[in-house]
Amino acid sequence: MSTFENAPLRRTALYEEHRALGGRMVPFGGFEMPVQYAGILKEHDAVRRRAGIFDLSHMAQYELSGPGVAAWADALTVNWVETMKPFQARYNIFTNPRGGAHDDVLFYRLPDRFLLVVNAGNATKMWPYLRDAADGRSDVSLTSFHGARALIAVQGPRAVEIVAPLCDVAAAAIKYYFCAEGAVDGVPALIARTGYTGEDGFELFVDGAEAPRLWRKLLERGAPLGIEPAGLGARDMLRLEAGMPLYGFELTEDISPLAAGQGWAVKTGKPDFVGKAALVAQQASDTFDRIAGLVLDGRVPARGGYPVFAGGERVGEIKSASVAPSLGNKNVATALVRRNAAAVGTELGVEIRGALHRATVVPLPFYKRET
Amino acid sequence: MPQPDGLLYSKEHEWLKVEGDVGIVGITDYAQNSLGDIVYVELPQVGKTIKQFGSIGVVESVKAVSDLYTPVGGEVLEVNKALESDPALVNRDAFGEGWLYKVKLVDAAEREALLDPGAYDALVAEGTH
Repeated sequence: MSTFENAPLRRTALYEEHRALGGRMVPFGGFEMPVQYAGILKEHDAVRRRAGIFDLSHMAQYELSGPGVAAWADALTVNWVETMKPFQARYNIFTNPRGGAHDDVLFYRLPDRFLLVVNAGNATKMWPYLRDAADGRSDVSLTSFHGARALIAVQGPRAVEIVAPLCDVAAAAIKYYFCAEGAVDGVPALIARTGYTGEDGFELFVDGAEAPRLWRKLLERGAPLGIEPAGLGARDMLRLEAGMPLYGFELTEDISPLAAGQGWAVKTGKPDFVGKAALVAQQASDTFDRIAGLVLDGRVPARGGYPVFAGGERVGEIKSASVAPSLGNKNVATALVRRNAAAVGTELGVEIRGALHRATVVPLPFYKRET
Repeated sequence: MPQPDGLLYSKEHEWLKVEGDVGIVGITDYAQNSLGDIVYVELPQVGKTIKQFGSIGVVESVKAVSDLYTPVGGEVLEVNKALESDPALVNRDAFGEGWLYKVKLVDAAEREALLDPGAYDALVAEGTH
């Protein structure tokens, strides 16, 4: 069902680095990306305890500018764009008229423009969607840097010690979900205190041509602190533990931000936006199926698509699942279930190869770092 | 990496070590490496009779579930209990401590359908190119 089925796979600027590091390359969002290097558990451990470095250059980077751009973006998304302060980053969701999620994204506000980062797997629908929405508007202009600009993330408790000394701005002073324009080891960069792992860290937006040298420099500087290159496998495990949705699983065209537990980002006080009426109605009725966090008994892992039962009745299905090293290797999962099965403490059954395995609904996130 | 001598191999990447009328079964190092971190192994019950090349269990890595096909038939004599608490043994020592189960061998002719180390080497080399 991939949109990229017939298109040749693209490579990021860091492809040769991944090969040199023994990265196992897989197709993801139209690119050949490393799913792992030394092993997912080892990479997960590095990010939780020390630091990991990720190539996220497959994600699409768009720049949005023009005097009308904030109001334009506000009409397409659930969270406020207009109220963002300069150098602030904000999570947001583009919705369809039914209130379903078209994509979940990050906006970064710069003095004269916004940087918008969308999921790689959604780029082929998002770019035409944004272009259409801006069609005929002289007060909004869009530029795509997808594939041309790289994104390197350094995440983990030691990330600040690795990144900050290389920056020509006070990177350690950048607050969570803020960013600064500067240079990292002489490479012009947008230095953002954002991430998708549940740890402190930075995301560095740089020109693709400069990315390999910066990647090697960060690995070299991080080596004494135990940095590891980390792939998409570790990233998925980290984000699931941290309770962050992954588009295509917890959020889809049919799973709204409210259903995905991202209601905090839905600002119904905003002027009209695509899907607002549907979301307001959903919120009022409160009857929708929703994402719940599950901890399973025993060692048998759940997988996406496995049916979930409550009192003998099928109430939903697993969306994402993993062993959670940060929770003593318990098996955790997210499931889209009926409202009455989503309350914390509810006992559910997950069907695995014909047998029901007990699971309990717990609050999300599964893991929260100590601050 | 050349495959250990003295073992027979299946195309599904299991190995068989014959000790008298007992067969010890595991998955190969190539298989564990392809699967990645193994987090759960589901094995047949002791006493159960299994058929050659039948699907008799699963090996689950962080990312995927894989069926386990037995390279030989017979009665299951013992399963590796250590894997219950430490399935990563298969990653660390696929040909040794990470063995999966022992079978009472019934039909020596079944072994003719398995690969010798050289033939398995060739299969793996094909798969990795």
